[in-house]
Amino acid sequence: MSRSEALADGFPDISGHAIARRAHWGRWIAAAIIILILLAIGRAFARGQIEWPFVERFITAPVILRGIVNTMVMAVAAMALGIALGVVVAIMRLSPNPVLRSVAAGYTWLFRGTPLILQLLLWFNLALVFPTIGIPGLWSARAVDVMTPFLAALLGLGINQGAYTSEVMRAGLLSVDIGQYEAAQAIGMGRLQALRRIILPQAMRVVIPPLGNEFIGLVKATSLASVIQYPEVLHSAENIYYANSRVIELLIVAGLWYLLVVSVLTPLQMLLERRFARGVARSR
Amino acid sequence: MKPLVAIRQVSKRFGEFQALKQVSLDVFEGEVVCLIGQSGSGKTTLLRCVNQLTTADSGGIWLDGELLGFRERDGRLHRLSEREIARQRLACGMVFQRFNLFPHLTALENVIEGPVQVQRRKPAEAKDAAMALLRRVGLADKSGSYPSQLSGGQQQRVAIARALAMTPRLVLFDEPTSALDPELVGEVLGVMKELATSGMTMLVVTHELGFAREVADRVVYMDQGVIVESGPAGEVLRAPREARTKAFLAAEVG
Repeated sequence: MSRSEALADGFPDISGHAIARRAHWGRWIAAAIIILILLAIGRAFARGQIEWPFVERFITAPVILRGIVNTMVMAVAAMALGIALGVVVAIMRLSPNPVLRSVAAGYTWLFRGTPLILQLLLWFNLALVFPTIGIPGLWSARAVDVMTPFLAALLGLGINQGAYTSEVMRAGLLSVDIGQYEAAQAIGMGRLQALRRIILPQAMRVVIPPLGNEFIGLVKATSLASVIQYPEVLHSAENIYYANSRVIELLIVAGLWYLLVVSVLTPLQMLLERRFARGVARSR
Repeated sequence: MKPLVAIRQVSKRFGEFQALKQVSLDVFEGEVVCLIGQSGSGKTTLLRCVNQLTTADSGGIWLDGELLGFRERDGRLHRLSEREIARQRLACGMVFQRFNLFPHLTALENVIEGPVQVQRRKPAEAKDAAMALLRRVGLADKSGSYPSQLSGGQQQRVAIARALAMTPRLVLFDEPTSALDPELVGEVLGVMKELATSGMTMLVVTHELGFAREVADRVVYMDQGVIVESGPAGEVLRAPREARTKAFLAAEVG
């Protein structure tokens, strides 16, 4: 390399110099250690007592496929119920009526404060409390017939989800500027119309990332419904390994399906986020 | 002649702070009235009372002969339902200091939201009317833009179009240029001047004394919740009678 020419004012001329890359020795060493550990874990599993052919055989077994469909049906239905309840409860939380506010707060307190699996068991065993249910004089039925595993799981998961979703929704509603309520009122909108047309669409933008999170949590929480005999994917896997004793292989099958579903959900969430970012994302 | 807006003995208190003390004011059809005064003088509160975004503690406001917010029965006042208040609000448009455009809607959608959703007008008709209004405020080419893509001055002009789309009897302006960069104030004042010339009744809270001098039929100076002085723009701004008005004007002109 030639010595830098001095500029007229005595400073060296470095305008033509390339910038040399730093050697990050620390990073190389850390990466090497981590890769070695991962290889060791992989090797252990490859040599462990896992019959991989079983995984391959059962991953597309009809019972497992029906199980993952049931898992998705339950997750979507419970999330729909949860969002509907969440919106209503969030609006009640922000109501000027103290009774509505306390009921909403009490609902959140009760269903966030007890374990989900306990709630599922309570719903499933509702017949022990109310042997018959119905509307007096109009219709009644034995609770054991009505409270199927599907209904018990839907109520348990959906109502529990509503308690969490209401807090997410409340945060979303509070994130919208008070001036938006006033502008909606100024063009003659009532409270509910302003909520539906002006406030909720803006709240959605804030709410979708945490709701996506909640939904992924719910997909996995449906596995708890296996304890009340709802035939979702984990329940199907369990039924198979009770018969053939391939416990680990079938748990891996169920695990792979959960991973696949969650991987598909992430880009879906991105699409939704883009839809509700109208007017905001374009400027950034 | 009966005033379009009759404000009578309106008082409002926020906790310990008395925002309005027995304020009475008339605004006649076609008149442009500017409310001036320091922050905290009660002028914005008075304006918000006319649109029922704030409810007065006592006193009454009549718009076109109709008492706002209450029904008088057996010597008592009964609060109107939310639906009736919403109907009364249709008579006055409101332009906010911070625009408050709906960020998830385009300029055109902002303007047609009220006519279509509240007044149940046909979308095609409402759209034609809205395009005419956007043309009037000089923004026909921005109809598809979202508020975030518009400058402050453009946003405020869309907000004016949105208020006009409801075909109100009067338009309330709450410091419409205070949130704008100085170089954008002119375009908004220009639209307001054109609106005044067209005969729209306007009640304007403003710090723009030049605008008040040029456009207002009447200027009202408020201080500490009372109207100190009110009269034709030329008289109040050029030759104020009250010492407090003189002091305020001297400070404003600097």
